[in-house]
Amino acid sequence: MELKSRVPSGPIETAWDRHKFELKLINPANKRKYSLIVVGSGLAGASAAASLGELGYKVSCFCYQDSPRRAHSIAAQGGINAAKNYQNDGDSVYRLFYDTVKGGDFRAREANVYRLAQVSLNIIDQCVAQGVPFAREYGGTLANRSFGGAQVSRTFYARGQTGQQLLLGAYQALQRQIGAGQVKMYPRTEMLDLIVINGKARGIVTRDMVTGRIQSFLADAVILATGGYGNVFYLSTNAKGCNATAIWRAYKRGALFGNPCFTQIHPTCIPVSGDYQSKLTLMSESLRNDGRIWVPRQAGDKRPPNEIPEKERNYYLEEKYPSFGNLVPRDIASRAAKAVCDAGYGVGETGKGVYLDFSEAIQRLGRQGVAERYGNLFDMYERITGEDPYKTPMRIYPAVHYTMGGLWVDYNLMSTIPGLFVLGEANFSDHGANRLGASALMQGLADGYFIIPYTIGDYLAAAKPEKVSEDAPEVKEAEDNVVGIVKRLLNSSGKRTVDSFHRELGQIMWEYCGMARNAAGLQKALELIPELRERYWKEVKVLGTNEEFNQSLEKAGRVADFFELAELMCLDALQRNESCGGHFREEYQTAEGEALRDDENFCYVAAWEYKGAGNRPELTKEPLTFEYVKPAQRSYK
Amino acid sequence: MRIILHVWRQKNSRDPGRLVRYEVPDVNEHMSFLEMLDVLNESLIEKGEDPIAFDHDCREGICGMCGMMVNGKAHGGFKGTTLCQVHMRHYKDGDEIYLEPWRARAFPVIKDLAVDRSALDRIIAAGGFISVPTGSAPDGNAIPVQKQDAEMAMDAAACIGCGACVAACPNASASLFTGAKIAHLGRLPQGQPERDKRALAMVLQMQEEAFGNCTNIGECEAACPKEIKLDVIARMNRDYLKAALTERILVEKGGAG
Repeated sequence: MELKSRVPSGPIETAWDRHKFELKLINPANKRKYSLIVVGSGLAGASAAASLGELGYKVSCFCYQDSPRRAHSIAAQGGINAAKNYQNDGDSVYRLFYDTVKGGDFRAREANVYRLAQVSLNIIDQCVAQGVPFAREYGGTLANRSFGGAQVSRTFYARGQTGQQLLLGAYQALQRQIGAGQVKMYPRTEMLDLIVINGKARGIVTRDMVTGRIQSFLADAVILATGGYGNVFYLSTNAKGCNATAIWRAYKRGALFGNPCFTQIHPTCIPVSGDYQSKLTLMSESLRNDGRIWVPRQAGDKRPPNEIPEKERNYYLEEKYPSFGNLVPRDIASRAAKAVCDAGYGVGETGKGVYLDFSEAIQRLGRQGVAERYGNLFDMYERITGEDPYKTPMRIYPAVHYTMGGLWVDYNLMSTIPGLFVLGEANFSDHGANRLGASALMQGLADGYFIIPYTIGDYLAAAKPEKVSEDAPEVKEAEDNVVGIVKRLLNSSGKRTVDSFHRELGQIMWEYCGMARNAAGLQKALELIPELRERYWKEVKVLGTNEEFNQSLEKAGRVADFFELAELMCLDALQRNESCGGHFREEYQTAEGEALRDDENFCYVAAWEYKGAGNRPELTKEPLTFEYVKPAQRSYK
Repeated sequence: MRIILHVWRQKNSRDPGRLVRYEVPDVNEHMSFLEMLDVLNESLIEKGEDPIAFDHDCREGICGMCGMMVNGKAHGGFKGTTLCQVHMRHYKDGDEIYLEPWRARAFPVIKDLAVDRSALDRIIAAGGFISVPTGSAPDGNAIPVQKQDAEMAMDAAACIGCGACVAACPNASASLFTGAKIAHLGRLPQGQPERDKRALAMVLQMQEEAFGNCTNIGECEAACPKEIKLDVIARMNRDYLKAALTERILVEKGGAG
């Protein structure tokens, strides 16, 4: 398949403005003739649904939670980046663009990233106007803090609940449109298939999670904003319900999947405590502004941290990366933590942990000063671990957090299926091989508020979608497919629970496709996953019926898709014979253990096309060119 | 440790429901409360029994999806803590725990411990927003906001919409929830143009749903996992009263909570 990225030619600084002018428009009176489906109600989905409803389109929005306000964007803690340069510290659109391309280890499209940096300015304005209670200085202006991978303070925040406040802003805008009748909301409704008619995305098949009703919805275009797929690892910082089903079933209908192996492992999470563990909890990256990361200099040192004298502590990030110190990007901080733990310096009962120490910050700022910045995070840590981080250092360890990969989209955020748009974490764009902190919120809102409202009009004006009927054979076929999957799961007469399989899949993925990968391990995973998948379909036990509130059935379908996606992730990791960002292949590293890119051979987006069950998916490469930020070995020393 | 649970089982909204006794052996003190329920559910499925339905999602205390009455207290009654953040170290061997769904006429039971809270969304849809079309915002620093106002707005905005306040209230009032949004937006300069209209519309919608009235008992504040303070209800009543005196058409349907 040929991939048309539709990236505008010419100077990058004016590319988006020129592109916007060239996009076709739909006059206000005609917008109401078009119906749109938005799946997902996180930052990307809610902002898109609200903005499109405002423009006059007829929008239907779907989410699996009981309310759109609960999407997992809500859990983002630390902040959102914007190139406002309110701190007068040398920030600019160009610098945010530069940091993001470099932070992504030169595996993102320059033009997309530039646009992201540009609209970051509008996002902050929009959110302030909506009443998002961002932190303020005494003079009433907006406050900022620093995040990893940047040497300027450009992160806007609302205590440790920035994602919550931004999502509530988008949610309130969405509720306004629901109240006005512009958007119809379908909570507790899960998308289980995509309807493609005459090569265009024309609707979705859903299951009502309360009644079990399987139903089709038709529209002129479909927008997926369904988040990432970190839960393929079972343990991750994602919400329990986060899943890949919507994008995976779109992939099986012909949308190409971009860079599936690009996974972000977040360095600061609370370590695993036992095998009953159901999820991992993130401790915001913002903690690295004031917390210092260390391990004992002596392997296996079991003394309590407060009894280990200063000179016997190894502040390994500060030593190795003096200019960025504890604020190196996430991929680097995670690998460094793994390296010291693998070498036997890890702390805590399992030895899989490093200290994040605030004693110096408490001396400098006082307990109250630290509490003002991080109080809710400290409380959360204490609730979970039973330890008081004001008195003893936190223990942290990396955990799966975000997926840079996702459905391939062009500059207009349209997938390879015309009329299917993909926003936010669900798409592959903007972050390359590693996302910088506080950039996920930025991308979700950029896509939803400021990009899709322009690009979707161009599609509708050019494609002029014809009328389709609910009796179309494609609709029936998609419904039958969904009913078939549900029946197959319910009819399986095995003995094992869905979770037990999911856990096992997660262990395979963490072991062989996690923080460090190698060819032999990936090949092994590619043998283990299909075996386990086969056992899944034979041995899984799903009780109850379709026609009821059935949480086991919901999970069973999602895990079935995770099995298939896991295999694609390993395939992708195996073909990428280089290390870049979050993708670390042990065979490809510098003498100092840093990721070693191979720009000659791997400077591309790997886009995978589904070729039917049992067949190897086909790889298409979208070459990446760098005209502005010249690829170099990333250095944070 | 061994924990004995008495769990409300109700097949659907029409089923009368009943308490069922379960034993969970080998509970680890580091488990979260919901992980303890996961372990029980795994064993139920293996025995071929219907697992207990309960809502949950982020499991880090911010999405507001989880929540149930634990021994008669919303979220278990631990200060400022959602149920997903409660760990079993707070319980001891042999403890008996009663689990029931939020009880309120406005929150019909869907199954077991899961309820329908869509009434809260309708209150927000009625007026819990600032009308600012995408793209029409001035520069973020164009309107200074006093640090203290931003902080107090944030205190109210921390509400996660879990419904514990309604479940804890003997009247099943949603005043803390509604007041929190009115206080959040009404505290900021951006929220002033619609302040009157917002208070009227949200209070009206609250009354149209099957919530009770506020009689200043204060259970809601005690139960709130985000420690929203009762004074948001005072702000709601003040805004409502002030607006009701000037915007007469909407007043006929009732007074504040």
